[in-house]
Amino acid sequence: MSGLDFLTTRLETALGWGRKYSLFHYPFITACCGMEYMSAACAHFDIDRFGAGLTRFSPRQADLLLVVGTISHKLAPVLKTVYEQMLEPKWVIAFGACTVSGGIYQNYAAVQGIDKIIPVDIYIPGCPPRPEMVLDGLLKLQEKIQKQPQDWRWKKKT
Amino acid sequence: MEKENLIDEIRQRFSAELESDTETFGDQVLVVRREGLRAVMAGLKGLPFDYAVLLDLTCVDFLESESRFEMVYHLYSLSRNRRLRLKVSLPGANPVVDSFAGLWKNADWLEREVFDMFGVAFAGHPDLRRILMYEGFEGHPLRKSYPWRKEQPRIPLRD
Amino acid sequence: MGLRIQKEARPESMLINMGPSHPAMHGTFRIMLELDGEKILNAETEIGYLHRGFEKTCENKTYFNLLPYTDRLNYVSPQINNLGYAMTMEKMLGVRVPERAQMIRVLMCELSRISDHLTCLAAMAMENGAFTVFLYMMKAREFLWNVIEFTTGSRMTTSYIRIGGVRADLYEGWRDSVKTAVCETRAVLKDVHGLLDRNPIFLNRTRGVGAISREDALSYGWTGPCLRSTGILYDVRKAHPYLLYDRLDFDIPLGDHGDNYDRYKVRMLEMEQSLRLIEQVAALIPDAALPGKADEEIEPAEAIRRGRMSKPSERIRLSPNLEGSEKVRYPKILTVDAPVFVPPKEDTYTTMEGLISHFLFFMDGYGIRPPKGDVYFSVEGGNGEVGFYIVSDGTDRPYRLHLRAPCFHIVSALEQLIRGRLLADVIPTFGSMNMIGGELDR
Repeated sequence: MSGLDFLTTRLETALGWGRKYSLFHYPFITACCGMEYMSAACAHFDIDRFGAGLTRFSPRQADLLLVVGTISHKLAPVLKTVYEQMLEPKWVIAFGACTVSGGIYQNYAAVQGIDKIIPVDIYIPGCPPRPEMVLDGLLKLQEKIQKQPQDWRWKKKT
Repeated sequence: MEKENLIDEIRQRFSAELESDTETFGDQVLVVRREGLRAVMAGLKGLPFDYAVLLDLTCVDFLESESRFEMVYHLYSLSRNRRLRLKVSLPGANPVVDSFAGLWKNADWLEREVFDMFGVAFAGHPDLRRILMYEGFEGHPLRKSYPWRKEQPRIPLRD
Repeated sequence: MGLRIQKEARPESMLINMGPSHPAMHGTFRIMLELDGEKILNAETEIGYLHRGFEKTCENKTYFNLLPYTDRLNYVSPQINNLGYAMTMEKMLGVRVPERAQMIRVLMCELSRISDHLTCLAAMAMENGAFTVFLYMMKAREFLWNVIEFTTGSRMTTSYIRIGGVRADLYEGWRDSVKTAVCETRAVLKDVHGLLDRNPIFLNRTRGVGAISREDALSYGWTGPCLRSTGILYDVRKAHPYLLYDRLDFDIPLGDHGDNYDRYKVRMLEMEQSLRLIEQVAALIPDAALPGKADEEIEPAEAIRRGRMSKPSERIRLSPNLEGSEKVRYPKILTVDAPVFVPPKEDTYTTMEGLISHFLFFMDGYGIRPPKGDVYFSVEGGNGEVGFYIVSDGTDRPYRLHLRAPCFHIVSALEQLIRGRLLADVIPTFGSMNMIGGELDR
């Protein structure tokens, strides 16, 4: 019995290691934070060093949804559709103050934080956040992925 | 000076339709009657005035019932390098003004935006519908009577 | 102006949606296309996905408080929006800005303009497949942003250019940073000229594609590099000069055909002109050393204690965050005509009058209260004429604030430019228009 637990723990560690170092992200870019995303992804503050460099522009091929920039109520159904099109396991990073809580836009048009639409794993504050903060958020996500129980069975996350 | 000549000519040519012309903070402003707006615009666009560019078209809500909305047009003449502002007052009950989508092509989207934000209707517009807000949004956000923080979510929100 | 797209496709055509979330959509923008194979029969665009209620928000904030909102309009060149708003307010209030502040404003604006064009062309090139150009231009942009960061504290949305002047003076060692930035940008531009100017793939995708005639461009209200690519010379810096542009020497590049390639070329040449402007302005700005020696400074608490007896004569050492906005610098960077800015921290910390004027600046109902009336002022942004129309009713909040967004007019012509062309032509055409969501949707 204990032998089996040892094996599944090792397997989970291996899966976590594999998943965290090969994140394919889908940048759902809307606004100003997109500029800092571009800086973080390019040569100066390389995001590729952490394994997350490949941008997949289809939700079917991505496992990390980077929501970058303000989400307005007009765009909310689109965000929800894109999130639902992604396959498990998937993670969401809320990038920038507008996605965390609506930012400076507390009015009729902006959604006050994307966690009102989809579940979020990591929140990166800042308006816009410096690329170092983005990388810090990514590292925290990688820790989270390593530690979470890995779903390697065919089970939908509730 | 050439500038005074231009204003004199405009004043003479459109004396019936103009209510007043003033200068605020260095900008030339003409206040036009709603009925005469089409004639004034068509006349200003053609020669000799040649205001070929419609820089901007917007609206201000003054919350009185008599002349609640004021349409503001900014015209620019490339050949003479002169700007001009025109204002028209509209009643609050049924604000309708002529559409200038035939004269300037960008009036199409600009008028759609004013319709979306203020509810002003444009007679003769080819396709008047909302541009910035979504279908299902009730009300016109930039009116002073619309509350600033009233959200109308499109999908049910969590939490 | 367009014909609406049919809801049901005809048997010979296919309806495709280039949705709001798309790699080449520069933010959020939706194009609905009716295709016959690769040929576009009809196109309809939909905007508004980034409408953040800027104008309504501005009616509820004081004139000073709404400055950060103007940064986020054209977010690739934020200082130019700040400048537009600040100069509109200065026109309304009738204040003059000191010369040094004007020079610093020109420097910041031209750095912003180069960042704008770099971002636009980098994205356009990347979408056409030239990924190297994107990486090179982003590298150059980092050097420019270094200068901006050390002066203003933030890389992008800075709120640096304020009503009455600028927030802080330039830092020590700015000349070297500016020189490095100009050098690196020139090297990158030379590389990109070599990579794209006569590249047959790039030429095939952009020459003759998305061409607009001069009459149409004027009728659509195009301004900026897109209008200049058709051959019409209209630049707000030359037509209605503001700041120091009438004293500086720069050319306005023009194109011929108004197609994508001309828009690319005009932007590349404009960046070179902006570099020239930066060099000229950097030579004009005199060195301003702080009077007095550094070890004569005292802490604010000490100054308060001494201030009980008599006014302290030594300089007060402020936090490093406030570097550049000491009281001695104020006459050079902010106007002396009217108190439209935050009083200097030395006064606020140590004198009663300073504290009171600090509070009065921020209290509801006080602060900046321009005379009643309306005003329009425009500056040359990265996309064209950025205009602010402000209606004031005499209180401390604007009654109405409207932005004349240049890319609103440019993008309204997209449907006409792509109808009848191939699907692949949408990408360079849309890329060369430099649509910025924050400005388009406000």
